[in-house]
Amino acid sequence: METMQQVVGRARAAFNSGRSRSLEFRIQQLKALERMVNEREKEILAALKADLHKSGPDACSHEILGVLRDLVLAMEELPSWAAPQPVKKDVLTIRDEAYVRHEPLGVVLIIGAWNYPFVLVMQPLIGAIAAGNAVVVKPSEVSENTARLVAELLPQYLDKDLYTVVTGGVPETTELLTQRFDHILYTGNSSVGRIVMAAAAKHLTPVTLELGGKSPCYIDKDCDLTVACRRITWGKYMNCGQTCIAPDYILCDPSIQSKVVENIKETLKEFYGEDVKSSPDYGRIVNKRHFKRILVLLEGQKIAHGGETDEASCFIAPTILTDVSPESKVMEEEIFGPVLPIVTVKSVEEAIEFINLREKPLALYVFSNNKQLIKRVISETSSGGMTANDVLMHSVVPGLPFGGVGHSGMGAYHGKYSFETFSHRRACLIKDLRMEMVNKVRYPPGSMEMVHL
Amino acid sequence: NPYAGLVSRLRASWLSEKTRPMEYRMAQLEALGHFLDEKKQDIVEATASDLGRAAFETELSEILLCKNELHETLNNLSRWMKDEHVDRTLAMQLDSAFIRKDPYGVVLIIAPWNYPTSLFLAPLIGAIAAGNCVIIKPSEVSKKMERLVAEALPNYLDKDCFAVVTGGVQETTRLLENKFDYIFFTGIPPVGRIVMAAAAKHLTPVTLELGGKNPCYVSDTCDVTNVARRVAWGRFFNAGQTCVAPDYLLCTLEMQEKLIPALQKAIKDFYGPNPQESPDFGRMVSDKQFQRIRALLGSGRVAIGGQTDEAERYIAPTVLVEVQPSDPIMQEEIFGPVLPIVVVANMNEAIDFINSRERPLAIYAFSSDDKVVNQVLERTSSGGFCGNDTLMHMTLSSLPFGGIGNSGLGMYHGKFSFDTFSHRRGCLKRGMGREPLNGPRYPPYSQQKLGVVRAASRVTRPDACTLL
Repeated sequence: METMQQVVGRARAAFNSGRSRSLEFRIQQLKALERMVNEREKEILAALKADLHKSGPDACSHEILGVLRDLVLAMEELPSWAAPQPVKKDVLTIRDEAYVRHEPLGVVLIIGAWNYPFVLVMQPLIGAIAAGNAVVVKPSEVSENTARLVAELLPQYLDKDLYTVVTGGVPETTELLTQRFDHILYTGNSSVGRIVMAAAAKHLTPVTLELGGKSPCYIDKDCDLTVACRRITWGKYMNCGQTCIAPDYILCDPSIQSKVVENIKETLKEFYGEDVKSSPDYGRIVNKRHFKRILVLLEGQKIAHGGETDEASCFIAPTILTDVSPESKVMEEEIFGPVLPIVTVKSVEEAIEFINLREKPLALYVFSNNKQLIKRVISETSSGGMTANDVLMHSVVPGLPFGGVGHSGMGAYHGKYSFETFSHRRACLIKDLRMEMVNKVRYPPGSMEMVHL
Repeated sequence: NPYAGLVSRLRASWLSEKTRPMEYRMAQLEALGHFLDEKKQDIVEATASDLGRAAFETELSEILLCKNELHETLNNLSRWMKDEHVDRTLAMQLDSAFIRKDPYGVVLIIAPWNYPTSLFLAPLIGAIAAGNCVIIKPSEVSKKMERLVAEALPNYLDKDCFAVVTGGVQETTRLLENKFDYIFFTGIPPVGRIVMAAAAKHLTPVTLELGGKNPCYVSDTCDVTNVARRVAWGRFFNAGQTCVAPDYLLCTLEMQEKLIPALQKAIKDFYGPNPQESPDFGRMVSDKQFQRIRALLGSGRVAIGGQTDEAERYIAPTVLVEVQPSDPIMQEEIFGPVLPIVVVANMNEAIDFINSRERPLAIYAFSSDDKVVNQVLERTSSGGFCGNDTLMHMTLSSLPFGGIGNSGLGMYHGKFSFDTFSHRRGCLKRGMGREPLNGPRYPPYSQQKLGVVRAASRVTRPDACTLL
């Protein structure tokens, strides 16, 4: 059994060998990853089903497709991403070469989360490989089947020394974090985010923290409620609410609250049938600990729909709470479950104020026909990202960076931003050793002409 | 918490959205321009008192640099603030997808003593341009400048949104207990670690502009006179107290023999036969720094200079030879007017030497052979790189300025300053119509629906086999 020091040492030696520098090598590794995802799809889907009760098409759409898409993008764009980028020159440098090089950082660490356990290690991994780094991957031990599978599969397809998977729980991760990395990308909750950043600080290691929070969803009176609720239902109950950018709670006028409930109920029936528990498309809570945590949030609340649970299978029915008090427990922490509280507000001003009193969320949603209102909500709030008139979708736009702000995180990735996150932008200026006349004005004694140039 | 009141006052101003409109930011930036113009003489004098630095060095490296940053920012701010529209998928063609630049909120800038104006002002320009409120903590080591900034700056900026805090280690430690939305720190790595650890408690993002030992490789094929002048200029500017100064030289014994007389001539041309009498050569900022650097003079042998004068905190422009990698002067960033030469057999040895140490803020390579310069560039890693000159890559604001590893994280200058102090928020605006198009994404899931979703989101590759 290797120690963490040995694992990281091996990765560093492999990086120092220089073989991950060539674009051909990186593309070859990405191609191998693509083959892995295609050839072993069945096993990947089986692991996701075992960990989170995800159905085949669900897991395919939400985990596999995104990975394949990022792989194709990286393979196609890498030459242009990695090319030196010339910059605008000034009077003093007009005859020089001035450009920015994207260089690998070295050995990077990716810590995955359990809710989308495959894509949340793979998507960063694609960027890290594309950028030319050696990578240590630490999948979440909570989604144990996927963790085990990733640990088995990666060495079968990728360079074993450059790319390593480390499994284990808190003690193993803590030990891993004592090692020196050149970047750490962590997906998870804010408390552990602090621990990761504190560990990184010891080595001055830059971090990308993809955390969470309570993503608010404001529904304006002036909107197509049927459509809005349909889209919200989709995003809220996907993966049984265990999505970092799920709409966490709803803010709306009291006059539309019951209509919202009715619409969501209708949509739930359409999506999952009369007996949600027997729908193959409805997930389960990942483990007993989280199951119990979410149950506590229901205490004392007005349950307008749902509320049924079954501990043996970690089943919690799609649940809606109405007239929720801002001070209640369900409004304190990120729910990360299929419970949707509705907090009533009298106006968009009140909604904005409500949102701004709280920590900056990872995502923010607003539904309205009124373009001005949407503009206002965007301008007067802050969040990692946002979507108007839908949920989740900003996270799949190829050109948008995906990340948090404040307690919901720092840094961003996806697509090209993954490559940039794992690269160092090195400023390069190449001058001529001749042309010394030009420099004369800058030298002492006291040349004020230089200043007035 | 002695600063809690100040921080919450600024946070309240932040929440009032005062700093958001472009006109407000431009007005504050213009006020900074007035500060630079009206206080220029005071700045020059305060810096001369703190660092013994010549007026023209201050004008060149601080005033001019900041004016350029200001002008570039004022000229481009409206463009930088605009939403950036981005690539969408085919299915999203009717939607609006863009990156919105949001200010972070209340920002803390901690500045060092060696360029006491530009190292708070340049980040401040970016922070204001990006719409933040700012607390500035100038260095207590450059005492006169600290007082000037604390007394004069608040008269130019909106006191509701911008404040200066003075003090030493204790005050800074207390200040760092508060929650900031961004922290920008320039200084040494050990303090960088402390700042980042404090930031971690609040999940505050940081930019750390640190330092290290910047190697300067001189190949055997080069114009020795020009090399000597450019290296001497970079090394002895501000009496060596520059984070991107060439810290030590790597060359062959043959080249060393040629360089010594050339460096001697350059020093004489710049500072005259007795640099202590030259108005253009600076002093060490404090007794502590003077004593630290004087102690390093024991490494190797003095080839040029070596004189010191404690009363003036003067250390002569000095070149040391016969320096061993294990000598004290090779263990820390020198930050003084002393240039050790470490002899290597060839370029490969120089590259190996550089790569066996922490990654520096800058690497310099001198050669009239392009290939040599490129080899050093490609086989090493550093914050930035300059071929055939020193310091100059820092003056081009279209180049990002920042470190890597121990020399720092993050970057700034020009647009990079604006970007550093902005949160880039991914935004998607959709319509409520065309709901049937969303059909395939909803449960109940099916292979057929999956097929539609797959087809809609596929990115095709030119060489993909489509037989199946």
